[in-house]
Amino acid sequence: MIVAIAIVLSVLTLVGAFMTIHSKKLSIAVISSGLVSLTASILFLLLAAPDVALTEASIGSGLTTIIFFYALNKIRQNHD
Amino acid sequence: MIKKILIIGLLAGVGLIFFNLLQVYHVPTELNNKLGAYYAENAATQVGAANIISAIVVTYRGFDTLGEVTILFLAASIISFVLKVRKEDIVSDRFTSPNSEILIYSSQIIVPVIFLVGIYIFINGHLTPGGGFQGGAVIASGVLLMMLANPSMKVSHNLVAFVESISGIAFVVLGVLGLVLAGGFLDNRFLPLGEFGTMLSAGALPLIYIFIGLKVGAELSNIIGTISYNQNEKNS
Repeated sequence: MIVAIAIVLSVLTLVGAFMTIHSKKLSIAVISSGLVSLTASILFLLLAAPDVALTEASIGSGLTTIIFFYALNKIRQNHD
Repeated sequence: MIKKILIIGLLAGVGLIFFNLLQVYHVPTELNNKLGAYYAENAATQVGAANIISAIVVTYRGFDTLGEVTILFLAASIISFVLKVRKEDIVSDRFTSPNSEILIYSSQIIVPVIFLVGIYIFINGHLTPGGGFQGGAVIASGVLLMMLANPSMKVSHNLVAFVESISGIAFVVLGVLGLVLAGGFLDNRFLPLGEFGTMLSAGALPLIYIFIGLKVGAELSNIIGTISYNQNEKNS
């Protein structure tokens, strides 16, 4: 059961990473990089590293995503 | 075309290398590393922390933790320095589309719970997984949610500076106390070790973790606050 969950999560991580590189819209790229961090944190939890999972979930998928969005907003403001 | 073939070839080569690694990999069933075995045997009696990772991070490798906290402090201060906004460049009536009421009201319920979870994580750092750094990051994500619900909110610079500097100084003072009263820098044994696995155990380790948590939380909140405040700058 856990192996099946891990395989699904790994495939999701790969899909997220692929979309981060190849999507045309930057906002979709930022959200899918957040998805990579989120699935990676669950994988860390399954690999018995709960403290790494905590860090990855809060910093990787929480703070970094929003900071990227702030930066995107700033760049758009300067382009107009 | 050549580029694509090269990329596929590179991926195949990396796959081959990792396949070989996978073939020879076996799950280790015992600690054949002397250092790891030493930590596993002695952490409970020497440090008194139920969470061995905390014992290693804060006491055995405490000096490295001091370095990490310093790096984070440097990053926060450089961001504040580079993204400095002058008073006359601030647009007071920046257009922001109104937030949804669901976000505003649910954030008022969830934010206190997030703060509570963050404080729980670093107070119980010596008993359960997690510790100062993780707890601080959770607290900063609570601040982030507050800021998303209310974009005009400003993180008080004085409060952040006060919490950050007080906890930084306290962290170093506790380390020096360990050097003077016990075996070495950040040694936690100058307070009684207490009963193994209870809240007040592991000497000074919970105190050190509380200060690390406050410091990390203040620094990360300061980074988010600076970047968010910078959004109000006039377009040049």
